[in-house]
Amino acid sequence: MSSRRSRSRHAGSSRITDDQINDLVSKLQQLLPEMHNRRSDKKSATKVLQETCNYIRSLHREVDDLSERLSELLENADTTQADLIRSLIMQ
Amino acid sequence: MSSSLMSANPALNSGRSSTRRRNKKKIQSHAIAENLSSNDQHQNSPIEWKSDAQQQIYSSKLLQALRQVRNGDGSPAPKRVHEAADRALATTAKGRTRWSRAILTNRLKLKFMKKNNIVKRQRKVMTSISTGNSRSQRKSKVKILRLKSKSLPAFQRKVRVLSRLVPGCRKQPMPVVLEEATDYIAALEMQVRAMSALAELLSVSGSSSSH
Repeated sequence: MSSRRSRSRHAGSSRITDDQINDLVSKLQQLLPEMHNRRSDKKSATKVLQETCNYIRSLHREVDDLSERLSELLENADTTQADLIRSLIMQ
Repeated sequence: MSSSLMSANPALNSGRSSTRRRNKKKIQSHAIAENLSSNDQHQNSPIEWKSDAQQQIYSSKLLQALRQVRNGDGSPAPKRVHEAADRALATTAKGRTRWSRAILTNRLKLKFMKKNNIVKRQRKVMTSISTGNSRSQRKSKVKILRLKSKSLPAFQRKVRVLSRLVPGCRKQPMPVVLEEATDYIAALEMQVRAMSALAELLSVSGSSSSH
């Protein structure tokens, strides 16, 4: 903690307080799909960051898989206009 | 007389075209700046990526983009679908976040800088061959990287990794990276929801039409 404070002093014109960092990290933690999310303050900031990186990577992979699936489906679909109308009605 | 006129004209033309290019760039930058300034007034209200309205907006944009991808080539590659989905997501963000702006500007950069990058790579190769010190250069680079990873505490290292994952945040300070990451995660989750819903629709319609 002390090392972090000394770093924030060297940050320059904008002082980044520990409270700011903790606030942002807690916001990140709330977004993570963890069952233990309700027990806040139990995870260290480093762990939250690590899980954030892993979660973003897994989301990227999901979007990759979905775009592959969509490209296959678009190849096979004969009419896209019917799908448009259907999707608009469904939503 | 005529020769002097001819020599004068190309100079004028080149001047005009360069000023036209400059004017176009100015207009584009002004447009972007105006958009940003008008959005800055609303910056306190971030986009609610969980709402159905946002998902509908994104889904319609995604469908538009996918139709264009399909009509352009005979077979849309998954990479192009992914890029179109990312661009639609960035457009839905309305330029309020750095990652969305980075996604939209990166397309233009890639188109224009592709040639420059190839030239730069060739120059690097030539210099390394000519100097013949490539091995020592590599060793010194590796040493520098090792020192950096040891001196930086774990927290800073993780923030660096995160800044590389979120587009447009490589050189941003820590609180900016964390803030962008929260919005980016919410947007990605919505993207997954919208794309899976669309995939379900298409697969259902595809199977029903075959029967």
